[in-house]
Amino acid sequence: MSAATLDVAWARRFVTLATETVVEHRVELSELDREIGDGDHGENLARGFTAVAAAVDGSSAETVGGVLKLVATTLMSTVGGAAGPLYGTAFLRAAKVSDAPEIDAEGVHTLLDAGLEGIVARGKANVGDKTMVDAWTPAVAAAQSSAASGASPAEVLRAAADAAQQGAVDTDPLVALKGRASYLGERSVGHRDPGAASSALLLDAAARAAQA
Amino acid sequence: MKKLINDPSTVTQEAVEGFVAAHEDIVVQLDGLVVARKGGAVQGKVGLVSGGGSGHEPLHAGFVGVGMLDAAVPGAMFTSPTPDPILVATKAADGGAGVLHIVKNYTGDVLNFETAAELADAEDIEVATVVVNDDVAVEDSLYTAGRRGVAGTVLVEKIAGVAAERGDDLQAVLAVAQKVNAQVRSMGVALTACTVPHAGKPSFDLAEDEIEIGIGIHGEPGRRRIPLASADEITDLLLDPVVEDLGLSGGENVLLLVNGMGGTPASELSIVYRHARKQLEARGVTVARSLVGNYVTSLEMQGASVTVLVLDDELTALYDAPVRTAALRWEL
Repeated sequence: MSAATLDVAWARRFVTLATETVVEHRVELSELDREIGDGDHGENLARGFTAVAAAVDGSSAETVGGVLKLVATTLMSTVGGAAGPLYGTAFLRAAKVSDAPEIDAEGVHTLLDAGLEGIVARGKANVGDKTMVDAWTPAVAAAQSSAASGASPAEVLRAAADAAQQGAVDTDPLVALKGRASYLGERSVGHRDPGAASSALLLDAAARAAQA
Repeated sequence: MKKLINDPSTVTQEAVEGFVAAHEDIVVQLDGLVVARKGGAVQGKVGLVSGGGSGHEPLHAGFVGVGMLDAAVPGAMFTSPTPDPILVATKAADGGAGVLHIVKNYTGDVLNFETAAELADAEDIEVATVVVNDDVAVEDSLYTAGRRGVAGTVLVEKIAGVAAERGDDLQAVLAVAQKVNAQVRSMGVALTACTVPHAGKPSFDLAEDEIEIGIGIHGEPGRRRIPLASADEITDLLLDPVVEDLGLSGGENVLLLVNGMGGTPASELSIVYRHARKQLEARGVTVARSLVGNYVTSLEMQGASVTVLVLDDELTALYDAPVRTAALRWEL
């Protein structure tokens, strides 16, 4: 049985699990980045989410949106690089559509869709450019069909997380067209995009937080 | 990894503290590791702010001072600074005439400066931005993030800095910066990779007898890998695309900048300069101004870049004007 809505407790659990997973995969993410970027993605995200966890712990945010907004502003001011503004904007847009005590399955889809729109608005990447958009786009599509079929919020998030993971794997054969990996052209083939990989980890944390 | 550091996590902070103390006659340190001119913003003058990941020293803090930048924003190692300190620097540089952001074309830098410009706008500070993209190694097309900003950035900062100093308004300073960017091209080579302190191992793997042509300034791999060759041969590989891209046909006056990536002896930079100058002169191009040294580095990377700026009377006069910064200073 899973609940029909998610509340601020879910958002707080998400922050805890996201921080754990980012810190745990820090070396792996940086290693992916070292292959086709500059090797600091895991380090930067770990620094950012450690700050996020502390900020959320010390806040009295009472809505999902309130927590996500704090995630956004903290990431923007601590991560740097391209990932900081991209994730920051994603969480900021998600926060704007989730400023309610509870969100339902369709609300989860709306939240993820807003996040994707934020990433696209900031980074101007298209599907297939070998970026985090390639994880988020199938995730949002999966969330949409899952919510439309009457699934619970937790099921919607699980569908999104699984699709994001597949999307990240599917970046392996792509030629990077945006971001630092694009300088490598054909040499980026055979490597997984670090931003898509971290996006899949974060969505998995969101799904696990909903199961608790 | 063998490095002269105390702790990987405090490298940037300790380096900035030491730098500011050593140049206390020129700069002060503000919040967020921002380095600004001593004495604060010059009233009525357009402020110049640049920044980017650390590891490229003396860029950018070394170029804060009269005739160049008003403030510099060092990010974490090889990581763009976040919008907050960029805003701190923008405020510190604002003398009421607006602020020019000089941004190297790297995705992270562009995104964070863009966000900071929005924040500055909300505080009624007018910001204009020039995105420097002088690197010819990357094809500028819809299919890449575009050409990177590399050593030519120093020349944009120097020349736009003097334009601001002589009282040009924001749009005029921006126009000068854009003109320099339009007339400057660079290409670099790495003989070795560099090691980011917290990563603990080289940013990329390069065999003993291999070099990477077309590197950017973050240790990121470039255009292609080839076997090690002579200095003259490598210099040709760097200079030819630059000359071709600028469309030099003879008769031009240029500034030739040979920049070290951090681990290259001065003597080797002179060897590169010697050949590049000969080659330019052989094409009928006059090398009117020269700069040879470590200005935009990649930590301890061995390598160099060759930059050519096409000069006219205005740019030459602005380049010659006095400058007083930690890393570049001359009088008339």
